[in-house]
Amino acid sequence: MNTPLYERPAVYLVLAVVLLVIGLFGFLRRRTLIGMLISGEILFMAASLNVMALNRFFSPQPASGQIFVLLIMGLAAGEVAIGLSIIIAVYRNFRSIRTQDLSEMKG
Amino acid sequence: MSAGFPGVTLWAEIIFVISALTMLAGALVAVMAHRIIRSVCGLALCCIGLAGLYAFLRSPFLALMQILIYVGAVCITIVFAVMLAEPDEPAEPTSGHGEGVWLACALLVAAVVGWGLATLVVKGPWATPVERVAEGSVKAIGIALLTTHSLAFEVVSVVLLVAIVGALAIAHGGRGAAR
Repeated sequence: MNTPLYERPAVYLVLAVVLLVIGLFGFLRRRTLIGMLISGEILFMAASLNVMALNRFFSPQPASGQIFVLLIMGLAAGEVAIGLSIIIAVYRNFRSIRTQDLSEMKG
Repeated sequence: MSAGFPGVTLWAEIIFVISALTMLAGALVAVMAHRIIRSVCGLALCCIGLAGLYAFLRSPFLALMQILIYVGAVCITIVFAVMLAEPDEPAEPTSGHGEGVWLACALLVAAVVGWGLATLVVKGPWATPVERVAEGSVKAIGIALLTTHSLAFEVVSVVLLVAIVGALAIAHGGRGAAR
């Protein structure tokens, strides 16, 4: 009897690669700051899935990977908070958050 | 998930495929949608699918945290930002030619990176899965957080505190400059 799909490490790793590719494509394609932030979250999730798959199948210490992914989630939440506050400050100043409009710097 | 019952493996496989497809479909919606609010909904769908995959990776605690943090906190925060700013992609194709070139470049970069990494995954010399020396239960996670990984835990809490204060300071600083 062959191993079921959810017991093969390559399946999870390929899923993580596909998620990473989708996030990368969105990060390059989006022209608004919030869209880029969402794509960045997808990149974070791809990394988390990769770490969890390697932790599940190739690590003798299963708690470490879960804690690592928890820390990634905390950092992603902090990144979203900072990013959104920057976006709102930019919107107040420029009345737009399209990346093409944000072409002047001061200082 | 030991197969004690004949159909259990098949059903688990079906549920696994459903959650993987949910994740990929949500990610595609999040990336491709024109309205940003639909893209946020796609992100939430992607997180729910990923939580299913975490459950299959034998870490139900992470599945719960994924739904709690991403769907409950991150997506709601982004929805608030969408309500405060008007972030829709411009509907009209402003410059059709440059747009197509840019899209092709994004596709090319993504395809190259994806092909390379997928080749590495499939052809890489992965070691045989090891036996686990400890359990990955919630109790073990809690003990490890407070003993082995206590420094990282404290540093992340400091980072979150700085993020909160910094977000308040930045969002407050732009106020009044608008008009």
